[in-house]
Amino acid sequence: MISEAARARFDKEVAKYPANQKQSAVMACLAIVQQELGHVSVESEQVVAEYLGMPPIAVHEVTTFYNMYNQRKVGKFKLNVCTNLPCQLRDGAKALQYLEDKLGIKMGETTEDGMFTLQQSECLGACADSPVMLVNDRTMCSFMSSERLDRLIAGLRATEIK
Amino acid sequence: MTSVDQVLAQFQASGTESCFHGRHIEPQIYAGLDGSNWRLAEYQARGGYQALRKILGQDGAEGMTQDQVIATVKESALRGRGGAGFPTGLKWSFMPRQFPGQKYLVCNSDEGEPGTCKDRDILQFNPHIVIEGMAIAAYAMGISVGYNYIHGEIFQSYDRFEEALEEARAAGLLGDKILGSSFSFQLHAAHGFGAYICGEETALLESLEGKKGQPRFKPPFPASFGMYGKPTTINNTETFAAVPWIIRNGGQAYLECGKPNNGGTKIYSISGDVELPGNYEIPMGTPFSKLLELAGGVRGGRKLKAVIPGGSSSPVLPAEIMMQCTMDYDSIAKAGSMLGSGALIVMDETRCMVKSLQRLSYFYMHESCGQCTPCREGTGWLSRMVDRVENGQGRTSDMDLLDSVADNIQGRTICALGDAAAMPVRAMIKHFRHEFEHHVEHKTCMVPAYV
Repeated sequence: MISEAARARFDKEVAKYPANQKQSAVMACLAIVQQELGHVSVESEQVVAEYLGMPPIAVHEVTTFYNMYNQRKVGKFKLNVCTNLPCQLRDGAKALQYLEDKLGIKMGETTEDGMFTLQQSECLGACADSPVMLVNDRTMCSFMSSERLDRLIAGLRATEIK
Repeated sequence: MTSVDQVLAQFQASGTESCFHGRHIEPQIYAGLDGSNWRLAEYQARGGYQALRKILGQDGAEGMTQDQVIATVKESALRGRGGAGFPTGLKWSFMPRQFPGQKYLVCNSDEGEPGTCKDRDILQFNPHIVIEGMAIAAYAMGISVGYNYIHGEIFQSYDRFEEALEEARAAGLLGDKILGSSFSFQLHAAHGFGAYICGEETALLESLEGKKGQPRFKPPFPASFGMYGKPTTINNTETFAAVPWIIRNGGQAYLECGKPNNGGTKIYSISGDVELPGNYEIPMGTPFSKLLELAGGVRGGRKLKAVIPGGSSSPVLPAEIMMQCTMDYDSIAKAGSMLGSGALIVMDETRCMVKSLQRLSYFYMHESCGQCTPCREGTGWLSRMVDRVENGQGRTSDMDLLDSVADNIQGRTICALGDAAAMPVRAMIKHFRHEFEHHVEHKTCMVPAYV
């Protein structure tokens, strides 16, 4: 369920817009939900809809239109590797392939242990840093050579060992 | 145990490669930045917020009127840095200043045009320059509320901008009665979440209203029917960031930094086959050859083959044409392309143009919002046909068919995404038709394969 802390963050987003335009906060609210729960379920959409006073279908339209909302469960770490042309010219596709081989999955899939979901992505807007990737929507990782990808995956795996 | 944040912190860019390389020429927006000096106090130490004080008459002088601010921006010949290159002062003068209801100011930081990464470094390393530029614009047009819509993929820059807003509010530089004057301006940050189309200004407005980002038909233009149907002015991040310098130094001084009709400096993002990809702020009118030299030249000392000069949507130019160009709106337009967002994608002699186009055509298909039939269907056609040519299943008639499909998209859609999908195809076939023909005839590339 959506926490009180998340609701407090919703309030802060809603406050940015005129009182009769709460719907404007829907993008931010859905991003907050995703950060907290990992994905945006239909149930979450209903909570957001009620909170903002909009029809659930209008929320669903937003979730389905924007690429970064996860409409189903993803791994603990969602890795989005840019392969658009500027990155392709600087090993972006190679980085994606390296991760496919390393994790034993194809793009769009999640590892069996639920740790990693790998996705190809469009331009992240960090072309000079290529190869670039986004981890869990909010953190850009730059200059991801094979050696740095090895370190990233090992580092993220190590955070799970209790 | 190391936390996830600690792990990820090791892979963050410091900005050294893209911004603090010391190879700008007379920079204004990126001047004096080092990655650690983005806060309010340091921005003010660099002369920040002096321009805002100046127009509000809070620096001891008598201030500037709205008309004087707009006239100064007109004189500077500042043109929109987002891609269209529309004169900023003229755009500001379209705003119905006397309109009695609410008006809005919007900053377009939805930087997703492949190749472009200049606004990210501005927001990350010099966020207050955008806030100051927006406050000046709001004053000039009599606007009391603004939003900065930031690309969802650069969430760290969004968080940073929020932090900078808090600093500015606390210092009385935003909010009610700024610096004790009668001018009030509320500014907020909003973010996208992965939709290239929201860089189109009316799609951005739809998104700000909490909807799918599908562009609106124009006219009416945002100046009369914008956010929530109210008069709205939208400018790019870099455009706003150029404004404080213009106010401090005058329109004429800014114009003289560049060349006639192309005032000031411009930030170019260079990616692809160069030694030193990054952002370079240089005066308008600087020769392309000089810019290439700043970027360390073509990677590995190889030969330049082609450059996409203004983001992925602009028509590609062969090396021999590009080497004759200077970096400004007029020179690139004369050469048959567009300066666009100022993002140069450089390709060396080992690159296959069919393969390059294949990735771009896939992108436009992926990002078409689905609203207009020619774009929704046509981008799919383009992508599938370039695919088949690349994969050795092309037919000799395909080049003409590609051209025809592109022709049937261009100019027949609500927004410019259709044109953006069509132009790269037409330019690639125009300049590199022999490569496409080679693919069809020999079922393979003219250059060795690469990933």
